[in-house]
Amino acid sequence: MSTLLEIKNLNVQFDTDEGRIVAVENISLSVNAGEVLGVVGESGSGKSVTAKSIMQLNPGNTHYNENAEIIMDGENTLKFTSKEDLKKIRGGKVSMIFQEPMASFAPAIKIGAQMVEQLLLHKPIKKKEAKSISVDMLKRVGISDAENRFNQYAFELSGGMRQRAMIAMALSTMPKLLLADEPTTALDVTIQAQVINLIKDIIKEYKMGVMFITHDLGVIAQTADTVAVMYLGAIVEKGPVREIIKNPKHPYTRGLLKALPDVNNLDAPLQPIPGSIPSPLERPSGCVFRTRCPDPTHECKEGHIKMGLIEVSPGHWVDQCCVNCG
Amino acid sequence: MNDNLVNVKNVSVEFDYQENFLSKKQKIQAVKNVSLNIKKKSFLGLVGESGSGKTTLGKAILGANKISAGQVIFHDDDIDYDLANISKKELREYRKKAQLIFQDPYAALSPRMTVRDIIAEPLEVMKITKSREETDERVRDIASKCRLNLEHLRRYPHAFSGGQRQRISIARSLVSYPKFIVADESVAALDVSIQADILNLLKSLQQDLDLTYLFISHDLSVVAHTCDEVAVMYLGHIVEQAPSRELFTNPRHPYTKALLSSIPSIDPDDQKKAIELKGEIPSAMNPPSGCVFRTRCPHASQDGKEGSIEMGLVEVAPGHWVDRCGVNCG
Repeated sequence: MSTLLEIKNLNVQFDTDEGRIVAVENISLSVNAGEVLGVVGESGSGKSVTAKSIMQLNPGNTHYNENAEIIMDGENTLKFTSKEDLKKIRGGKVSMIFQEPMASFAPAIKIGAQMVEQLLLHKPIKKKEAKSISVDMLKRVGISDAENRFNQYAFELSGGMRQRAMIAMALSTMPKLLLADEPTTALDVTIQAQVINLIKDIIKEYKMGVMFITHDLGVIAQTADTVAVMYLGAIVEKGPVREIIKNPKHPYTRGLLKALPDVNNLDAPLQPIPGSIPSPLERPSGCVFRTRCPDPTHECKEGHIKMGLIEVSPGHWVDQCCVNCG
Repeated sequence: MNDNLVNVKNVSVEFDYQENFLSKKQKIQAVKNVSLNIKKKSFLGLVGESGSGKTTLGKAILGANKISAGQVIFHDDDIDYDLANISKKELREYRKKAQLIFQDPYAALSPRMTVRDIIAEPLEVMKITKSREETDERVRDIASKCRLNLEHLRRYPHAFSGGQRQRISIARSLVSYPKFIVADESVAALDVSIQADILNLLKSLQQDLDLTYLFISHDLSVVAHTCDEVAVMYLGHIVEQAPSRELFTNPRHPYTKALLSSIPSIDPDDQKKAIELKGEIPSAMNPPSGCVFRTRCPHASQDGKEGSIEMGLVEVAPGHWVDRCGVNCG
């Protein structure tokens, strides 16, 4: 399998009134074609910021480090400055779907018009052709009566239908990489199951790479091939999905798994991870997880240990500090 | 001695609907002929997709929606409140006994009030406390029960994380010492680690304060872990009701089965296919005749398909009630 996206040593910082804060710290990850990378973590862990960096969609006060590289299809997208180059990745090679489809569609423009507009931007085709591609895509994602839906507004569709239309729109330009930012969080379980199956089918069909961001480990277990667990801007553990879920090494990953209610085991008590995620303004030195770690070693508590992933078994990487504690 | 706190009997809730000002007025039945008994000190879960009428039913019990038909009785120690014909004066009393916890702790708290003022506001509005000292004492008491520090009380909501805000929101709902709480998707907006914390808090508060909960949620795994009993709603009807363990190990209604199979399993090797329901919940304006689930039922019986079966719950095992149409086709 070929590597589609490779992120190397990415740091992202934001300038705020209270000073410069670290949103993402020194992360490296890759997505292969035809593969789903699941990114999990609490809110504020830097999942969305990472995804948006790929398309340079972060706000104006963002600083990327000089030696960071985001290689998409052989080109470093962080170095893109011209509108033409950015257009190639924004919606062209890379598409994104969001959590709240109502907020992502323009309310006063028909869905079809929005789909056609973005197709015309990215492909050298005629309007008529764009329409037929769009209607086909709507049918492909399971929207019945696609010709009529094409002429409706976003508010006329139900939640699940809107999310499907959103996926259809994101896929109509045939991107190589799909960034899915909590695409099922706002949906009912039955609709969630439909959307997950849809995304899986489409990946198989188009050999697309997907970065699937969610805080629901159940969704990850059912969709992802590899997983990266993020905490406070750093990747603390990554590896194949089976390894991460059945043999988690980092105390944070274990905490997330224990906090999750499991219908197959009703007697297991729910164990919250103690404390809450620190503010980025008070980022702990050394290991970022040490303020919430259930069993930190002495050096770790003092914040002397540098963060960095080490390989504990083939493809399974864990932050070096926490291999020893917990 | 009645061990039920709330009796809901054949309740329907209707809303007026008008497409535009020229068209005919229509009625939408959001809740239809629902009966439900909520036992004292129970943790009753109410699940279903959006649009199934969960929130409407919860609000009807709280007296926040007009009840079109049927009866809701709240049994207090010495007085029964009849919510369908309650006077304004009684309703004010009732509000002290029955409270609501909201979904979004970011929207529920005023950014311009300190946490102390937020929690104290219900006491002042309901005129429960006489003096400022008394108010402060009540606020401090409930805050410590909800695991908030005294130092937190001076701050504003923006200084708190999602989980802490939800605790503030819970403290505010509990400050009048209610007996009955409707928790409407109260953990849906929270991260899993915080969600577990809030669920444990709700449980321990139930012990401390003898609370009865109606816990509305669309997340079945959360409901399975916290509730003693669960009712499943679909398009305004309760289609199945049973003690949690019974419902999750032995679901009878095809809708419940589909919901349970849709929960993504945490085990990546568990590749059981979800029973996929075709399409989406039909519009409440134009519900199917007979069994409301028949348009999406994976194996509807002949009678079910034709819509000739009347809805109604039958008891299949002690305490386990299933809609009679769903018993046969499941």
